[in-house]
Amino acid sequence: MTEEIVIKVSDVHKTYDETKVPVKALRGVTLDIKKGEFTAIVGPSGSGKTTLLNIIGGLDRPTTGSVVVNGMDISTLSDNQLIDFRKTNIGFVFQSYNLIPVLTARENVEFVMLLQKVDKAKRDARTKEMLQAVGLGDRMHNKPTELSGGQQQRVAVARALAPKPSFILADEPTANLDSSSTANLLDIMAQLNQEEGMTFVFSTHDQRVIDRARRVVTIEDGKVLKDEWR
Amino acid sequence: MKQLLKLASRNIWRNRRRTIITAASILFAVFFSIAISSIQEGTWDHMVNSVVHYHFGYAQIHKAGYWDDKTIDNAFDPAASYDAAQGMDAIYQLVPRIESFALASYKTYTKGALVIGVDPDREKSLTKADERMTAGSYLQSDDEGVLVAEGLAEYLKVGVGDTLVLISQGYHGINSAGKFPIRGLVKFGAPDLNKQLVYIGIEKAKWFYGTDNLLTALVVDVKEPDDLRHVVRELREKLGEEHEVLDYKEMMPDLIQAREVDTAGSQIILMVLYLIIGFGIFGTILMMLKEREYEFGILKAIGMRTSQLNIMLWLETIFLGMIGCVAGIIVSMPLVYYFYRNPIELSGQMAEAYERFGVQPLLPASMDFSIFIGQAVVIFLMITVLSLYPMYKISKLKPVEAMRG
Ligand SMILES: Nc1ncnc2c1ncn2[C@@H]1O[C@H](COP(=O)(O)OP(=O)(O)OP(=O)(O)O)[C@@H](O)[C@H]1O
Ligand SMILES: [Mg+2]
Repeated sequence: MTEEIVIKVSDVHKTYDETKVPVKALRGVTLDIKKGEFTAIVGPSGSGKTTLLNIIGGLDRPTTGSVVVNGMDISTLSDNQLIDFRKTNIGFVFQSYNLIPVLTARENVEFVMLLQKVDKAKRDARTKEMLQAVGLGDRMHNKPTELSGGQQQRVAVARALAPKPSFILADEPTANLDSSSTANLLDIMAQLNQEEGMTFVFSTHDQRVIDRARRVVTIEDGKVLKDEWR
Repeated sequence: MKQLLKLASRNIWRNRRRTIITAASILFAVFFSIAISSIQEGTWDHMVNSVVHYHFGYAQIHKAGYWDDKTIDNAFDPAASYDAAQGMDAIYQLVPRIESFALASYKTYTKGALVIGVDPDREKSLTKADERMTAGSYLQSDDEGVLVAEGLAEYLKVGVGDTLVLISQGYHGINSAGKFPIRGLVKFGAPDLNKQLVYIGIEKAKWFYGTDNLLTALVVDVKEPDDLRHVVRELREKLGEEHEVLDYKEMMPDLIQAREVDTAGSQIILMVLYLIIGFGIFGTILMMLKEREYEFGILKAIGMRTSQLNIMLWLETIFLGMIGCVAGIIVSMPLVYYFYRNPIELSGQMAEAYERFGVQPLLPASMDFSIFIGQAVVIFLMITVLSLYPMYKISKLKPVEAMRG
């Protein structure tokens, strides 16, 4: 297997000093993520998981250190360039309320592709394909409020994957789901990881989710404590 | 863009009640200001119209300088003016007049009078003087007689059939005197006219004042008041320095000024009203921003540009404004139309005051479309200004912070 590095995190530090006492959320994280990984970032609450994912995803900037995605150092990008970078390179799945409430499941999945100006035929085909892949082919025309939490997260996964980004970042995607929805979402993610060769990086507290990962990176106090493959 | 329109139009219906309340407040403002403006505009239009049709006409042509020095010696030859008016479709007719002062006497009574030579037929179609007769009959085409204003007749104790003696100084100082049978009495609402006016046939006036073919004024009767401006401009160009062409605004600056003062007053009231409504809309925008912060964070995170978000928000506020505005126009239309058709009638002192100036005591509404359009423009501008704030907020918004909640 040729090991193509998609994300290269080098000695990233992040200090929040909005409050009087500066908080060192990350203290020197170095990490390579290769194409096709299915990796969990785990650690206790406050260990810096969200901070790390946000920095990898270009939502936040490191205080020092660099993040290189597909060979490009994203710290050199302007705010607007970062938005475009996210649009073309990253699929996001957040903890909850991912979806645009006024759009149907189909329209939500289509949304990023619309922003990317993918033509209609391609867009429609891909939207359908993704919704079927997450088992919601029959719920295409429902609004988010008409879907369960698990279904909403599945739509979010479909949306994240639809434009074929470089990788998917998911911050505790199962935190608000019951165990069967969690298992179901994980099945789908694992399957898409296999079939589409899509790189997944997700954070979690949940042991059942950790068990499904093929690589588990444990961070504590803003540092990588363990990095194990299974 | 289509996507942004779709998002915006759906977003405004997310919080139905809030949208309806906001739109209703705009509706109220629009309705109120349309009602105020159209009654006010309508009333002033009616006032100006009455005054214009009463005596002055929309515009007059004189010898240059006549308006400031109204003497018979400033009479002019109308030939050039008739030529100029030839082929100007917007002009309905030119109405000739010879105006000067004379002493009117009957038996032992004598009084100063404004003796105006008129072409009976044209004058009738301009001022409807024939409809204001209170006794006797209107002048015939080449009448040798005169019409006397009611007030003057009362003072001189004359009636129809009596003979009035007029003495004056005519063109370039010639003496003029004549006896004229009284054909009828006319009532004028305006007291100065009622106390001193005498109508005389134009041919007789030329003889009396010794002006030959000269006139003191030609009233320009236009088909459409809207054409007045360019008619006046064209006449000025054609007639040159020797003539003056004055429109009613120049002839009645007091009236026009009164209108401006009055309009400015209500404009201030309306501005305050809009300010209040503006704050209401601003409140809605603030609430909406707060509520949807998380969502905006998501949208920015997944790749929606700040400019796209801004357009979406601007469209939302515009939609909101337009819903209120259109509803306001729709609601006020029938009401305005009703008062346009059935003007409010004044009574008592107000009515007397109006009649004194020869204006029917009515407050009609104006159906002028520009009033309605004006509202839409005001709302549009206000909302565009108000939406600058959310735009600023959105440009500052960081997805991470927005989504931390
Ligand atoms: N915007 C911020 N301002 C100040 N401190 C912050 C900010 N974001 C995170 N922190 C702090 O940084 C540290 C790491 O936070 P982070 O959210 O990355 O942890 P986490 O591992 O995701 O925790 P959890 O499992 O609870 O989601 C915490 O101490 C947190 O309080
Ligand atoms: Mg977290």
